[in-house]
Amino acid sequence: MKQKLATIAHSRAGDKGNTLILSLIPFDERDFALLVENITTEKVKTHLGHQVKGEIVRHVLPELKALQFTCFEALTSGVTTSLAMDAHGKSLSYALLEMEIEFPVGKPI
Amino acid sequence: MTEKIRIGCGAGFSGDRIEPALILCEKGNLDYLVLECLAERTIALAQKRKQQDPTAGYDVLLERRMEGLLPLLIQHQTRLITNMGAANPLAGAAKIIEIAKRQGLKIKVAVVLGDDVFDRISGEELSMEGNKALNSYGNLVSANAYLGVDAILPALQTDATIILTGRVADPSLFLAPMIHEFGWNPMDFDLMGKGTVLGHLLECAGQITGGYFADPVTKPIPDMHILGHPLVEINQYGSGVISKITGTGGAITVQTAKEQLLYEVIDPGNYFTPDVVADFRSIRLEELQTNLIQVTGGTGKEKPETLKVSVGYEAGYIGEGEISYAGAHALQRAKLAGEIVEKRIAGRFDEFRVDYIGLSSLHGMSLSQDCQPYEIRLRIAGKTEDRSLAHLVGEEVEALYTNGPAGGGGARKYIHEVIGVVSILMDRKLIKSTVQILES
Repeated sequence: MKQKLATIAHSRAGDKGNTLILSLIPFDERDFALLVENITTEKVKTHLGHQVKGEIVRHVLPELKALQFTCFEALTSGVTTSLAMDAHGKSLSYALLEMEIEFPVGKPI
Repeated sequence: MTEKIRIGCGAGFSGDRIEPALILCEKGNLDYLVLECLAERTIALAQKRKQQDPTAGYDVLLERRMEGLLPLLIQHQTRLITNMGAANPLAGAAKIIEIAKRQGLKIKVAVVLGDDVFDRISGEELSMEGNKALNSYGNLVSANAYLGVDAILPALQTDATIILTGRVADPSLFLAPMIHEFGWNPMDFDLMGKGTVLGHLLECAGQITGGYFADPVTKPIPDMHILGHPLVEINQYGSGVISKITGTGGAITVQTAKEQLLYEVIDPGNYFTPDVVADFRSIRLEELQTNLIQVTGGTGKEKPETLKVSVGYEAGYIGEGEISYAGAHALQRAKLAGEIVEKRIAGRFDEFRVDYIGLSSLHGMSLSQDCQPYEIRLRIAGKTEDRSLAHLVGEEVEALYTNGPAGGGGARKYIHEVIGVVSILMDRKLIKSTVQILES
């Protein structure tokens, strides 16, 4: 069955110039492998394609049980000159969490 | 030799709340209090204020913060390290001395100077962001290098209670007192990495104590209205225990620490500061007790040969207007209103944008396609070099009152000058810092 990422993980957005940085951290560390397997760079690029114009690099952090997505050319020129409402892109953590993930059958939620 | 020190972080940005810093200073048994108040753009805006008034250009809340903190710093023998000097640390220090005299307090301020490198840029340098000459962006207004611990340490070696800086790297504000107290070798990059990790975890204050973490559905945090700010007790080997004052709101957990650890980190294996290239990948976070998180691990590699310099430039003006619609056909009326203003004026602006707040202003349309909000706020923004033209955006939005469509209410208009910021790298040998002492 499909679930929104928001039900199993949390995220914070950060910005450096025109680069958007999104963490993805499971509430339950046992879900880390599921995130590594399913939340690929390609899927994030498709999901956030309207926002991220450049490359996306995924960092896998097995010690911390977290993923980090570094998204280039993602903030319509960056916080200092952007016309966007949320020029930092701070709310975009919750855009990532709108992604849907397929749960293995029988897995308790 | 010192075995442990306690550092609190009382502010995580220029507009941060004041009370948590006072509570930390009063009850934290702190050796050092850090106030981090300088974002990338804050210093360029401060340079503009200094241009208009040579006695301005330091943090706008400096006076209010120091009025409350000065007596507490003296009473608890806590030293303050802060970048509230912004574009004008000397004027900021003079203001602190003035407040101390008014309060009848003896205080010494060590001012760290040297981050302002505006006289060392030609404008021909290529920006890191666009690989374009700085001059091509617009009229340059400021250039500030991110100084590191080597600039702060001489100030710590004086007996000043307050160390006031302009632009320094945020984690350096925390790493410097660790080096000073433990006698660490700044070329020991493993320790520099560990100290930088702790600084990074603390530097945004309420972001690690559950503040910016909170979500009442999935991540509930208690007593947000009295959110406490963090402190760390560090040992001489570079591991630390992060906590907050008993009785304050918020929470410090492994989850809040993880979110903050990864915040704004482009590459967790290579976090560049003036002091080290830190590696966050091997960090371990462990909950010792409620609101008590132990941080161990982390390491680093040799510091870079260059320092990052933020260059501010005049980027024109943004004019904005907003108006709301509700009830039947709210979205259709808002869209009609947006089209009307766009047809009237969009062609005269360098950039123009129409947003529907409540539907698509934050994440665009792709995540909200089936959404039919009861009320919607139209927001229109335009950018231009021409200040008077920028006013036109808000004027045209306001004119939707009588010219329609129906039922628009709550119009507001704004205009602000835009200072853009780009970065270059500068050979650190070109950047010399000094310390100046002022006392009451």
